[in-house]
Amino acid sequence: MDLIWDGLREAIHILGTGDNSVWSITLRSLLVSGSAVVISLVLGILGGAFLAFKDFRGRNILLSLVNTGMGLPPVAVGLIVAVILWRSGPLGQFRLIYTPAAMVIAQTIIAAPIVTGFTAAALRHLDPRLRTQLYALGASRMQMLWIVLWETKLPLMAAVMAGFGGAISEVGASMMVGGNLAGETRVLTTAVMLEVSRGDFPVAMALSIILLVLIFIVNAILTSVQQQEKM
Amino acid sequence: MAPKLSLRDVVVRRRGAEVLRVPSLDVHEGEVLAVIGPNGAGKTTLLQVLALLDRPAQGEVLFDGARVRGRELSIRRRMALMMQDPLLLRRSVAENVATGIRMRGVPRSERKARIGRWLARFDVAHLAERSARKISGGEAHRVSLARAFALEPEVLLLDEPFAALDQPTRETLLDELAGALGETGLTTVFVTHDRGEALRLGDRVAVIVGGRIRQVGATAEVFAAPVDEGVASLVGAETIVAGKRVASADGIASVRVGEHVIDGLARDGLPEDVLVVLRPEDVTLMKPDSHRPESSARNRLHGTITRITLLGYQARVSIDCGFPLLALITKQSLEEMGLAVGEEIAATFKAHAVHLMARGASVSIGEQRSS
Repeated sequence: MDLIWDGLREAIHILGTGDNSVWSITLRSLLVSGSAVVISLVLGILGGAFLAFKDFRGRNILLSLVNTGMGLPPVAVGLIVAVILWRSGPLGQFRLIYTPAAMVIAQTIIAAPIVTGFTAAALRHLDPRLRTQLYALGASRMQMLWIVLWETKLPLMAAVMAGFGGAISEVGASMMVGGNLAGETRVLTTAVMLEVSRGDFPVAMALSIILLVLIFIVNAILTSVQQQEKM
Repeated sequence: MAPKLSLRDVVVRRRGAEVLRVPSLDVHEGEVLAVIGPNGAGKTTLLQVLALLDRPAQGEVLFDGARVRGRELSIRRRMALMMQDPLLLRRSVAENVATGIRMRGVPRSERKARIGRWLARFDVAHLAERSARKISGGEAHRVSLARAFALEPEVLLLDEPFAALDQPTRETLLDELAGALGETGLTTVFVTHDRGEALRLGDRVAVIVGGRIRQVGATAEVFAAPVDEGVASLVGAETIVAGKRVASADGIASVRVGEHVIDGLARDGLPEDVLVVLRPEDVTLMKPDSHRPESSARNRLHGTITRITLLGYQARVSIDCGFPLLALITKQSLEEMGLAVGEEIAATFKAHAVHLMARGASVSIGEQRSS
């Protein structure tokens, strides 16, 4: 028990005194996962709309693939991205391995199917006559898409929450393609792993608390927006 | 002048099956064309082709005489379609009305003026800032009407706009729609399965059955002289029986139906085998022993009441007089006369109300009548 209490006390001390490396790791986590979520939103909304509205042969297979993608093991994603970005790999010439960009790519691969799946499900739940009504009001294709997305913004916010949660909390892929380099690619999850392996539980706890608080803040903001919309 | 909107040789298919075939249809500037037909007849498909929302497998749509290519946005924006369900967006009533106007790039001040004017016109100005999800069904339909009119379209397309509403609300909204159409003189296509609505609003009527337009003409003409049995039953002539013409004189043809002889208006070229078509509201009922009041009704048939169906303030009385005859009377008359099933009754109607048509008459594709 002492280990836990000492750990918590130390963690609060670190958070209170504002250790510079802790805050830079936090900021990097936010930047990497935030970028991955923004890219995933663009890809996922377009992909989800395509899957929801276009009637084509093989759509169900594609939807099943996306749904499988919603539960991709980060370690497997990390491995594939690492092999592709490896110096001798197909995209090795871009020298992205062990950079934050590589981590953004890996996290995008993890988050994009989640956003795509949520978007497709939300749009398929919409009354199909609404699209006809919007075209009848004189909407162009983009105007129609924008309005139906606006209409489904509540489930879409759930997509953002799930995507962000999936990206910021994964560790396997970031470790593999980022390398956990101090000051360069170390993020909250990889730092926790390192500190635990070193036996430095207070720092690991401090970092974990920050991770949890971050996820809580993002979800609390989105939930409050959702609730206001429901009024 | 070219018609405002036309279809030429249009065929629509769904999963390989033909659901609509229109060799030719014109909607003229400023008229209200009512399209009536039973469920599944192709009315909505016809409207969606006119609205450029459904691309026909073949044929073309002409707007102001010019061929429209595909689903051309600029032409779509000169029309407005109101569907049966208002399908309002999750935003305020005013924002809902603004949506289509904004898509057309109308300046803000003009937009606000239009929204205010049309919300007030349909009596929902007080709901402008309310969420569209918190208004009643009748109010939503008013907002939907305001949204369509606020677009100030050149052509208004209405797809059974009030079918889901209760009778009193529907009556009120029909009146308001008729008023707004009268004021604006908007070219309108109004799809309905209710012949009463078609009679009330339509300058002309197109009757569609099984994906084919069977008859197009001035409303009074189509209702008075349906070209075939299918059209006759749709325009409300519920008594349709076969008979043999036995005499013609002074514009009146006498037709034997079973043991009765019925007089109707004679038409040139009427064959011997005919159908007698009669609308239930043209039939008057009286007790068989009652003194026959002075009347211009040439036909008086005796029969037995087989069924009475109450329809709000009206009653539909089925009579067996050797053939089934239907009469529509007020509930008040029913009660005053004390009519009951099994009772003997006399039915009278004018020769003028009897429409005679050749038996087996039907209009084939490409031979649609036009006024």
